[in-house]
Amino acid sequence: MAEVEINGVSKAFGTTQAVSDLSLTIGDGEFVALLGPTGAGKTTALRLIAGLEQPDTGSIRIDGRDVTRDAPADRDVAFVFQQYSLYPHLTVFENMAFALRAPTRRVPEADIRTKVQEVARLLHIETKLDNKATQLSGGQMQRVAIGRALVRSPSIYLMDEPLSSLDAKLRGELRLELKRIQVDLGATILYVTHDQTEAMTMASRIGVIEGGRLMQIGSPREIYENPINAHVAARLGQPTINLLPAALFGGAPAGAETVGARTEHLAIARGGGDVSATVKRVEHLGDQSHLHLDLAGRPVVTLADPEAGFGAGDVVSLRLNKPLFFDARGWRVAA
Amino acid sequence: MTSATAAHSVVEPTATTRRFAGSLVVLYALITMIPLAWIVLTAFKSPDDAISYPPKVMFKPSLEGFCNLFTTRSRQTPEFIRSLGPPQGLCDSIARDRNMVVAGPSNYVPRFINSLIIAFGSTVLAVALGTLSAYGFSRFRVPLKDDLLFFILSTRMMPPIAVAIPIYLMYRTIGLSDTRLGMILLYTSVNVSLAVWLLKGFIDEIPREYEEAAMIDGYTRFQAFVKVVLPQATTGIAATAIFCLIFAWNEYAFAVLLTSGNAQTAPPFIPIIIGEGGQDWPAVAAGTTLFLVPIVVFTVLLRKHLLRGITFGAVRK
Repeated sequence: MAEVEINGVSKAFGTTQAVSDLSLTIGDGEFVALLGPTGAGKTTALRLIAGLEQPDTGSIRIDGRDVTRDAPADRDVAFVFQQYSLYPHLTVFENMAFALRAPTRRVPEADIRTKVQEVARLLHIETKLDNKATQLSGGQMQRVAIGRALVRSPSIYLMDEPLSSLDAKLRGELRLELKRIQVDLGATILYVTHDQTEAMTMASRIGVIEGGRLMQIGSPREIYENPINAHVAARLGQPTINLLPAALFGGAPAGAETVGARTEHLAIARGGGDVSATVKRVEHLGDQSHLHLDLAGRPVVTLADPEAGFGAGDVVSLRLNKPLFFDARGWRVAA
Repeated sequence: MTSATAAHSVVEPTATTRRFAGSLVVLYALITMIPLAWIVLTAFKSPDDAISYPPKVMFKPSLEGFCNLFTTRSRQTPEFIRSLGPPQGLCDSIARDRNMVVAGPSNYVPRFINSLIIAFGSTVLAVALGTLSAYGFSRFRVPLKDDLLFFILSTRMMPPIAVAIPIYLMYRTIGLSDTRLGMILLYTSVNVSLAVWLLKGFIDEIPREYEEAAMIDGYTRFQAFVKVVLPQATTGIAATAIFCLIFAWNEYAFAVLLTSGNAQTAPPFIPIIIGEGGQDWPAVAAGTTLFLVPIVVFTVLLRKHLLRGITFGAVRK
């Protein structure tokens, strides 16, 4: 395990700027998640670190060594792909042993066997080692894909949405397991995802990436509580933050155009008030309810206690409680 | 219930449809098999039965065709034949019934060996070149890629025989006329464009993440190609190899033009097998029957891959 340092890296494909001036340091043993929508440049960033793409500018250092021009094989990184990760013509064992059997590595066959079995136990797939890779369920395939990376002890594990093709229940299980394994092994991981729950629950730091630029990086708590702009604020939080004209409410600081109100920033009371809204729809989720409001023609979504018993057509009053403010270009304005 | 009936007929054919489709396939197979059956039957007829009219379906089988295919014979007087010792094997005794003796082996075996060397040699070369070029075109940013691919395809847009005369002159000048090497190169050049296009399609279907994963895991690109791409391209390689082999095996026009004594293949040799008083039809049929064997064997050996080739793309990616 080692420190990975990315310095001012840019990459364009034709006229599309995939990654712009990305700088990021991933500390030894750290779990960093890159969070962003599809096409934000997350995967390109991973591929640049792996050496599958060459940056147009900037440098990449792994463990203090400049690897910017090195071939993927010489970088000592492991990659977990989103899909297509298993070789269909090989068994699970052969898939997991594949990296260790690389001609340059010369690992004795007995050591390979020990290592693969150890990792298979860790991932609960030790009974599947003789199966063809195509005879597995989706969850097992993804475990093998992670196992293929774990048999090595690389400087860094690069993971490209490894859980995104799984159903919600499996995703939840593997999320916990992956975090446990990372802590046990002290592994350095750069994890790319568009799923805020994965980023929030596993990462020690989250980098929010948008349009090829790293917008903000910090602990999940920092990113959630102190987003530097409206983009970052909209990335985290369920339901998504409500961005409303500041003029609708009183007490906005100078320069604030938009007010960002998450559920915890909105106090709702039955009956009209200074700022009134109408309940359009209530979605019951069980432990809580999604409340869809109409505020002067703008939709507002927030959470409510199911006990509160709101129904469509009710009029409620809204009061802000330490919300976030943004200027005309979306940057944060101090309250 | 209209929608349910429709869905049923789309997803699973009814027993009647299945039987109807089955009989159509059998009928088609029977029709295509008739010329083949004719050839095989003729191979076992005597020369008289072969040209009798109306054609005989029931006849006394004879190996004369095969004997005439493999031997040359000379006519002798009955007295001379009687003065010889006992016949040297089956073919000699058949020949003696017609007042002939076996003079020596025919050219069929050397021609057949030429066919094997030239067809398999050019197939191996075309598939190897095709696989590597297809991989390059599939994976790398090749300058003028589309133009190059079109150029490769355009070599097949005219019938190859259209360039027969320039090739004949060139081959004569550089000494490739009537050589196996010359024929291998010629058939390779015709087949390689087909191979590139067919294989590019198959290799495009193999996700490049497989090689990328291998390269990150410590393999060079070439090692990744051998370990990961080739095993998954076997279906395409097998299908391409069969197409290339069938072309090179059956090619007639260039073989007639460019080969004679030394490198002649079986196709120009078989139809000109002359017996007493003209074409020796049972021998021609026997030569053709044996000529079919290698292609059948090759296709049966690669059948598993071919079947997978037909269903290619049906599996979930």
